Amino acid sequence: MSTTLILNGKSTTLDADPNMPLLWAIREVAGLHGTKFGCGMAQCGACTVHLEGQPIRSCITPLAAVEGRHITTIEGLQGKPAKAVQAAWVKLQVPQCGYCQSGQIMSAAALLAQNAKPSDADIDAAMSGNICRCATYTRIRAAIHDAADAMGA
Amino acid sequence: MTTDIVDVQRPSRRTFLKGAGTAAALALTIGFEWAGTSRRAIAAETPGATFAPNAFLRVGADDSVTVIAKHVEMGQGAYTGIATIVAEELDADWSRVRVESAPADAKRYANLAFGTIQGTGGSSAMANSWTQLRQAGATARVMLVTAAAQQWKVPASELRTERGVVYHDASGKHATYGALASAAAALPVPENATLKDPKNFRLIGSQAPRVDVPPKTDGTAQFTLDVTLPGMLVAVMQRPPLFGATVRSFDASAAKAVPGVVNVVQVPRGVAVVAKSFWAAKQGRDALKVEWDDAHAEKRSSADIMAEYRKAADKPGLPARTEGDASKAIQGAARKLSASYEFPYLAHAPMEPLDAVIKLTANSCEIWAGDQFQTVDQANAARVAGLQPQQVSIHTLYAGGSFGRRANPGSDYIVEAVSIAKALGANGTPVKLQWTREDDIHGGLYRPMYFHKLDAGLTRDGKLVGWQHRIVGQSIVADTPFAGLIKNGIDGTSVEGAANIAYAIPNISVELSTMQTGVPVLWWRVVGSSHTAFAVEAFMDEAAHAAGKDPYTFRRDLLEHEPRMRGVLDLAAQKAGWSNAPLPAGKGRGIAVAEAFKTFVAQVAEVSVDKDGKVKVDRVVCAVDCGTAINPDVIAAQIEGGIGFGLGAALYGAITLKDGRVEQNNFDGYRVLRIDAMPKVEVHIVASTQAPTGIGEPGVAPVGPAVANAIFAATGKRVYAMPFTTENLA
Repeated sequence: MSTTLILNGKSTTLDADPNMPLLWAIREVAGLHGTKFGCGMAQCGACTVHLEGQPIRSCITPLAAVEGRHITTIEGLQGKPAKAVQAAWVKLQVPQCGYCQSGQIMSAAALLAQNAKPSDADIDAAMSGNICRCATYTRIRAAIHDAADAMGA
Repeated sequence: MTTDIVDVQRPSRRTFLKGAGTAAALALTIGFEWAGTSRRAIAAETPGATFAPNAFLRVGADDSVTVIAKHVEMGQGAYTGIATIVAEELDADWSRVRVESAPADAKRYANLAFGTIQGTGGSSAMANSWTQLRQAGATARVMLVTAAAQQWKVPASELRTERGVVYHDASGKHATYGALASAAAALPVPENATLKDPKNFRLIGSQAPRVDVPPKTDGTAQFTLDVTLPGMLVAVMQRPPLFGATVRSFDASAAKAVPGVVNVVQVPRGVAVVAKSFWAAKQGRDALKVEWDDAHAEKRSSADIMAEYRKAADKPGLPARTEGDASKAIQGAARKLSASYEFPYLAHAPMEPLDAVIKLTANSCEIWAGDQFQTVDQANAARVAGLQPQQVSIHTLYAGGSFGRRANPGSDYIVEAVSIAKALGANGTPVKLQWTREDDIHGGLYRPMYFHKLDAGLTRDGKLVGWQHRIVGQSIVADTPFAGLIKNGIDGTSVEGAANIAYAIPNISVELSTMQTGVPVLWWRVVGSSHTAFAVEAFMDEAAHAAGKDPYTFRRDLLEHEPRMRGVLDLAAQKAGWSNAPLPAGKGRGIAVAEAFKTFVAQVAEVSVDKDGKVKVDRVVCAVDCGTAINPDVIAAQIEGGIGFGLGAALYGAITLKDGRVEQNNFDGYRVLRIDAMPKVEVHIVASTQAPTGIGEPGVAPVGPAVANAIFAATGKRVYAMPFTTENLA
């Protein structure tokens, strides 16, 4: 069985069980390791990728559900909001253990693509599905504001 | 500037250094480092071009400085701190510094705070490395300067170093460290190189960027989850549903029918399904049928165990500290108060579920893991594999969090992985053992459950004259190779933060009753102070209230002879505006102070409690004294994160058992802090020239009691059980 999707801008055919969660297809079949496994039930957000630009939890999304669709992972992240987010993450030294940060960045980039000037409440609403056990949350908030400012500048 | 654990395709065998010799001899043996990348492989093939005067650094002909980290990087910033200390004394160019993990070798890489064990914990990475790494950097610098002096035929005293370059200002000559590396490598290693005067520090105390942030921002950082080796199999294990149960029988036929499953093997801790991919292994496990023998399993509920603890607290325990006669002083006091506190089991729940990759043959065992306890894991792996420890090599990768979980005396996840590789025939096929989140939440090695009972006596004018503190709970180190740490029946990890309280009270009694359960327990971030600081600081707040005194000044008066403790208390109070007018209705402010791992931390929490009793922590102001601030931004980050970690536990954290079965499964049942509950945090660092102390854990200790005390200020209600969700605060 195979599924064809547009992975990071390239048409990609993955030969795998169509019920396999997209997370594991991305990691073990496509070989892209930036997207992480944290809970397997959409509780932690470590597996966040973009489906047509929207953040989704790849750990509960069957591979078959993304046939013909655009999937973007941290490796393929492009565009002004995404680059602003990654630059702010470095500037404010957000990561600690770093394991959840691909997912955090994917959620933050999607937020800024839709809302160029999010408030703290907007950030909390958009980011509360992403757990960070190191609790880098104050810096995540600050970095999203910083990225928004950089985009507006 | 990454750890360069980029592509796990071509690991080379390590040869272990034996003793010390000249720099040249050492430089020839740099092949001991894992040459996992082409860049390092090339370096290993041209040893003459590399200068490796000791076990902690190499200078390449290309001017790169590679610092060898004996501690795991699990988020706490150890790699950056270690590199900063070496680079400071070496006068290295920070932009050319990279960090590589050390192999498992207790001779060279022991944690000096642990004695002969290589491992990371107890917030000791900076404290134990401080002098050792300064010396390592300074020695290398002297040798590079000597090499330049010899080449230029000038006195070494006329040379200076700056950012990886040796200068002779009089002649205008200069040379980079890389250009001098091979000459320096031929020199004898001097002893007792002079260390810098701290006033000349350029990196220490500055905000040098973390070495691991760039790869942790673009998805390229390599965790154990990401290790892929040719032919590698993935294993998922079925463990018993009750602690202490064992496999009676299993039926693997349905599991083996899952496409991709290659084998199902029984190992001491359960049954492993081994497949070509995680998903196949997981589906295989779902299809596996196991019958368990629970004759010797723990079948009690956590509520029953707590009831036993509560009862035990009525009787005296073993003395952990006795000064004066606390019981008599309290009996005779004008005012008496008493309270008890209950603390649940807690899971560490690091974001990266436990995982390890093992390549086992008849005479070697290679391990890839976010390894926090290298030589303990090495010894346990050797025992299970039937090898000698020196036949076991460990590649320490970034750990996706740990909080103590990956440093356990039994090396549970490593031993499981080795036993699976052994059951598969020790044939050199790499196997990755992957825990799921459910495995992690059910997997034990929790922060133990505790019951605390406190009594105090006050004089008529509000002076504390007696303090009696009874702690009931399970020992972390009992029945482990670390049991030797138990002195006179007292496991220090059960009473730290209580037995050593700094408050001047004339009569103090701290007692411990150690209980036994079948629930495996372990140190959890900030260890004993994860519960003792709460009991002490919540009860001290009650004492202040009973004395009719301000909770800040009440503590302050009792800390007259504890300048560092009082220093952080004053700083936190001042920065939080403690003396300001009372907060509006529904809002409250609380203070707490603690010492953990020789670091002093005070926090002021501001909370809002709505009419339904829902607590929102608005702001936490923290003052910290951890001696010399090696990297103030990393210190701030650890405090911010520690506050979030501790607050999550205080608000929601609990592992509970019903008839021996863990009731939580994943992050839905085992709640942790999310961004919408994260308060604003301010961190103020006390300027200090003392030797650096721990920073990874201490920030966790005071947040629970500071918040509980703020809840009291807002509502008049005290919190006596963790998490706060179990209390009615409405």
